[in-house]
Amino acid sequence: MNYLADVGTLARKDLRLELRSRDTFLSMVLFVVATLVVFSFSLPAETVAEASYGLLWVALLFTAILGLTRAFAAEREQRVLDGLVLAPCDRSAIWLGKALAVVAFLVLAEAVALPAFALFFEPVTWELVAAVALADLGLAAVGTLLAAMAAASRARELLLPLLLLPLAIPIVVGGVGASISDEPGQFLGFLALYDLIFAILSWASFEYVVTE
Amino acid sequence: MSTSLRNNTAVALAVAAFVLLLGGLALAFYWVPDAPLEGFRQRIFYIHVPVALTAYACFGWAAWKALRLLSTRDQRYDLESYTAVHMGVIFGILTLVTGSIWARTSWGVWWSWGERQLVLFLVLFLFYSAYFMLRYSVEPGPRRASMSAVYALFGVVLIPVSFLAIRLAEGLIHPVVFDRDIGSNLAGSQLLTFAVCLAGTLALAGALYANELTGKRIDARLSELREALE
Repeated sequence: MNYLADVGTLARKDLRLELRSRDTFLSMVLFVVATLVVFSFSLPAETVAEASYGLLWVALLFTAILGLTRAFAAEREQRVLDGLVLAPCDRSAIWLGKALAVVAFLVLAEAVALPAFALFFEPVTWELVAAVALADLGLAAVGTLLAAMAAASRARELLLPLLLLPLAIPIVVGGVGASISDEPGQFLGFLALYDLIFAILSWASFEYVVTE
Repeated sequence: MSTSLRNNTAVALAVAAFVLLLGGLALAFYWVPDAPLEGFRQRIFYIHVPVALTAYACFGWAAWKALRLLSTRDQRYDLESYTAVHMGVIFGILTLVTGSIWARTSWGVWWSWGERQLVLFLVLFLFYSAYFMLRYSVEPGPRRASMSAVYALFGVVLIPVSFLAIRLAEGLIHPVVFDRDIGSNLAGSQLLTFAVCLAGTLALAGALYANELTGKRIDARLSELREALE
């Protein structure tokens, strides 16, 4: 119970910071809508409808990266991470709290992006919503860990996309598959498997990333 | 820590690699019969597949050393894991090159998204290239060692997950147009040639690994001494 209380406190801290500044969430929303508009100009007129689902997934992935590069910005600029690591809580609770906050940002951005996609391109199906929800969990799990790594490096914002994109390829495969396939079940199952594997791995290894 | 220039393991492995690879190539070119469908050009199989398996072995070895680092916090595993990733990337590039040549000779294209192994190696190549970026942009020390170790561990988990993803993508995103007549039913002579070539590339990787590890250790020792002098 104590662990969950720690996680809740940490996630609330991030959400409250965001409520006061609103910079990350607003830039994610603007970015994803702008990307969709750019994509509408990059598709030739006679392209098949399925292609726009692929572009949606690229837009969602880039939006997640944009949000994740800011995930540890406050920790780094104000040296909060040192304090968090010294705090009497399990280090993996820091990861879980941050990942939950990232999921919240992603869901909020997608709450704008998916209706915009339905308006500009193709209808949003239930399979697509389920796939987006599962992809959010995986992206937040892996992305939070890699963002903590990138925050400790000199390259910072530059490093995160390089670390994350190869790991995100399975998410894109699962997401696009679930959106366009006649049998979305196996792709949703694959996304769930990805989430499970990488959430456990990130949860177990976060401590090594933030401590000496 | 051994910083002697005489490196007996590396020399022994290098000799073994030379003999085995020479023998394996001789077997592949002069002894094995032509493959029924692909004919003579199928013989690149005896280089391409052992090199690919060696790359996997290097990534696995890197992850094993990374796991040892995280469980014991013994810093000497850091260089070992790094060197293994380094070798894995070299053999990964070789896999991409030989696979590309094979694709060109049998299908007339340098690249095919329908070819699982090649696509997987492209993903792994990108992933492990980012490993180098990570190492170069973090200050040396215990934290860099554990971050690199965590990333190397992610790599071996990514291999089966990506493989599954590429198989799933085949139905919808990258349809398989071509098929190859390698695989399940290797004749005795083919199996023996393949085993000799695999042993040769593994020995070559081992020799390069031992040599590079000594070099990196000397480098590390040198910079320690430099810091002590300043």
